[in-house]
Amino acid sequence: MIEKLRFRDPELAKRVAKKIHTVTPKEGTVKICHVCGTHEWTITHFGLRNLLPLNVEVIAGPGCPVCVTPASEIDEAVQLALKGVVVMCFGDVLRVSGSEMSLLDAKAKGADVRIVYGVSDAVKMAQKEPKKDFVFLAIGFETTAPSTAVEILNKPPNNFSFLVSHRVIPPAMKLLAEMEDLSLNGFIAPGHVSTIIGLEPYEVFPKVYGMPTVVAGFEPIDVLFGVYMILKQLRENKPRLENEYARVVSWEGNMKAQELMQKVFSVADGNWRGLGNIPSSKFMLNREYASYDAHLKHDVNVEHGIDIQHGCKCHLVIIGKIKPTECPLFMKACTPQKPVGACMVSIEGTCRIWAKAT
Amino acid sequence: MLIVMCLAIPAKVISLKEDKAQVDFGEGVLREVNVTLVNAKVGDYVLVHAGYAIQVVDAKEALETIKLWNEILQVEPEANI
Repeated sequence: MIEKLRFRDPELAKRVAKKIHTVTPKEGTVKICHVCGTHEWTITHFGLRNLLPLNVEVIAGPGCPVCVTPASEIDEAVQLALKGVVVMCFGDVLRVSGSEMSLLDAKAKGADVRIVYGVSDAVKMAQKEPKKDFVFLAIGFETTAPSTAVEILNKPPNNFSFLVSHRVIPPAMKLLAEMEDLSLNGFIAPGHVSTIIGLEPYEVFPKVYGMPTVVAGFEPIDVLFGVYMILKQLRENKPRLENEYARVVSWEGNMKAQELMQKVFSVADGNWRGLGNIPSSKFMLNREYASYDAHLKHDVNVEHGIDIQHGCKCHLVIIGKIKPTECPLFMKACTPQKPVGACMVSIEGTCRIWAKAT
Repeated sequence: MLIVMCLAIPAKVISLKEDKAQVDFGEGVLREVNVTLVNAKVGDYVLVHAGYAIQVVDAKEALETIKLWNEILQVEPEANI
């Protein structure tokens, strides 16, 4: 049944695009922000911006977890790797620069840095080699944090600990909504984060900020309908929260995942690369799971790092203030092969996605 | 196969054993995933992220979405919006 659905039908896409034109205001610019690297991939890969009216701009917000992980947290992983601890991470974390080096640089110096598909594989590796110390660099938004919580509750072996770098998305959206010079008119909320957290955390955006907010899926038609729904709300002057991605997102979200996350994590203020400190935006391990905290276990703590390298404009790209092509380093000094900024590293980074499309 | 190139990919549950499931990503690509976070049955589509099923895809809602799209495209008179 699901196989026959039309989420990529080009004819349907054209009809939705036509419909979008009918609800777009004749004057002024509408700026819609999404906060998910995969939305950016869909928009860029399928050329959706070309289907939109000239005065409708869709910008990429800080939706790439690897890109927003601050250099200080990469530095901690690098320090541990150089000390002889086996550091495990997702593939696209490897090349992200810390203040001085990336985990790939540490690997080149002889450190044992391993890529894993998920935290379960990391735990299995640690079980197989009980004489070595393993640390998993747990990066990701609310989509990924539940898997870390489950593994911690399953009591990983004693030679295993975590550098928890998980971030919470709605506080970052709040920061963007409050940036007056960004002048956003609506949000496309991230589909898979919403699978976990549900719709309620976004209620504040239409209610307090008057911004239409639509949770959308990741197929081209999903994104186009998301844009249409936002424009229609603006036209009616009735900002509200709508769910285009009901096939996996419910009002309450995944309550089991929320319950397990609450058991394991508390929310604290956190630094985001390029955005600075955001209140209540970071998951920290609760005290009873402190034995799995690599900071305590291996005595590592880096307070500040160099987040933005000289000339890099990731801090402006990450909030959609400039397009990647407006950065002087883009595809010159900074390429997917030799990235300078974090946005050029991850497959979810805006610069990396644009680099592939150009 | 409903393919979503993204952080989470739908896959069909082939078999279940305790907190693990064998899932099919299409074209015979099978993988073991952890199903602690969902109540999935054999035959369900689950959304998989980093080795974990994070939600069961609601086929009924998927059809409802398509129905809604068609309604918007066909029923709503464009000139009056």
